Amino acid sequence: MSGGAKLPVRVAEVVQVNDLIKRFRFVTRDGSPMPAFSGGSHTVVEMDDHGTRRLNPYSIMSDPADSSGYEISVRRDDVGRGGSLYLHNHVTPGMEMVISHPVNLFPLDTRAKKYLMFAGGIGITPFLSQIAQLSHHGGRFELHYSARSRALGAYMDRLTAAHPDRVHCYFDEEDQRIDLPRILANQPIGTHLYVCGPKGMINWVLDTARAAGWPEPALHHEEFLAPPVGDAFTVQLAATGKTITVAPAQSLLEAIEAAGVDAPYLCRGGACGQCETRVIACDGTIQHNDHWLTDEDRAEGQKIMPCVSRFAGKHLSIDR
Amino acid sequence: MSKTEFPPSIRSRPVYADLEPRPGRSHVAVADGEGAEAIVEMLDKAADRPAMLAALHILYAPGPNGTDQWDSLQALGAAQCFRAPTIPTLLPRLGRVVADAHMGTQFYLAGTEGLIGQAERDIMATGFPHAAIQKEHRGSTVRRMQCVHCKGITENVATDPFKCSHCGLWLFVRDHYSRRLAAFQGVNIDAEDKGEIPEPVVRFT
Ligand code: FES
Repeated sequence: MSGGAKLPVRVAEVVQVNDLIKRFRFVTRDGSPMPAFSGGSHTVVEMDDHGTRRLNPYSIMSDPADSSGYEISVRRDDVGRGGSLYLHNHVTPGMEMVISHPVNLFPLDTRAKKYLMFAGGIGITPFLSQIAQLSHHGGRFELHYSARSRALGAYMDRLTAAHPDRVHCYFDEEDQRIDLPRILANQPIGTHLYVCGPKGMINWVLDTARAAGWPEPALHHEEFLAPPVGDAFTVQLAATGKTITVAPAQSLLEAIEAAGVDAPYLCRGGACGQCETRVIACDGTIQHNDHWLTDEDRAEGQKIMPCVSRFAGKHLSIDR
Repeated sequence: MSKTEFPPSIRSRPVYADLEPRPGRSHVAVADGEGAEAIVEMLDKAADRPAMLAALHILYAPGPNGTDQWDSLQALGAAQCFRAPTIPTLLPRLGRVVADAHMGTQFYLAGTEGLIGQAERDIMATGFPHAAIQKEHRGSTVRRMQCVHCKGITENVATDPFKCSHCGLWLFVRDHYSRRLAAFQGVNIDAEDKGEIPEPVVRFT
């Protein structure tokens, strides 16, 4: 089945962390242990949002050593497509849900001597499981975590209490900025850099590190894109002979699935490459929203990533 | 000419490229024998040669064929320039340099495969990505071989097959390379038919 094996789970706990963030704990329905995962993994949560099927990826933030459940933290996005609103407004303890087995697109490179981490806002979640994992073997890390305000700095208390000398917090509201050049200059050889947060932050961190001579294989980032909302468009599925219309708040992948066609995916956020699909005919413009295809791929126009990308024009036919 | 074109082989066989100056806060160049020429040529390509020299640490040993181009390196005027009599005496110094290095350091290795491989092994042991270490082969093509049977290393192997300097088995020289051991693999050539040992041919000079 596309997207890998499913895990039937029960919601064990829902906790309001701050004004914008809720934490959800999932356990197996039969009390058996959850499948093992490594720090940085995510799970895709399936939702039946009043007839619309949503599958959104969320980083697992709990300790990989805890096999009794997975925890995710979800930031409410009032203008998004509704996945986070559904979780915030409708998911309550005791509910049965289906999630995917964990997939790790942001794993710790275990050869590193030290991990230098940069988190922005809700981008803290993969680091929580990674730091838990590192703490078990005494792995060296240094976390720089920026949030809009003290009230919105989720899990800062927990992190600074456990690792007072390794966690550094910054607040936009108080005009505190990460002194990136100084931090980058002080890292021992063999340090790997990890960044997760808003796009602007990721680009700033990576570009500054590259300019300072950090090599590409030591730079790691993760950014899940929510499928953007856009205009409706029509697509011909050449392999199955169907023609479908993608609604404004629906992704192409979701529309393919809604038509009963099985399509591959893993992250549903434009990062993993699993959903790559061949373009058979295109009279118009593909709106590439993924981080997977290269500029050359885009110029050739032979591929599309249905989990996040859209189309505008007369005719699009894809191999699905 | 000190450059060798290695014929295409299995994926395991290391390949090399010309050293290119890269931006960095410091630079470590390790070379033996004719590898000195690669360091000199790389510096000729530097956009800001004085700045690169001011942040450059060179470690050098003569090659296994006796080539000693120390003078050409010393004349460059790098911030630090160290000469060791042999590779085994160069490596402890490299270990110290690497232990004190910070991210933003660029590594340039040039010379024989034995020097390049051992320096790469020691640098990547810190967690620094091996793919980010630049390597340019120059000079002698003799090989550093591990006997897959007794695990002993024989340095500067010139013939194929060759006799393991530890256990005495006759070994066939494979292109199968171990980055962790910094050695090609030697496999017993007469394991099936004892005593049927082809005449050793000089393949590496
Ligand atoms: S599902 Fe991962 S890139 Fe589309």
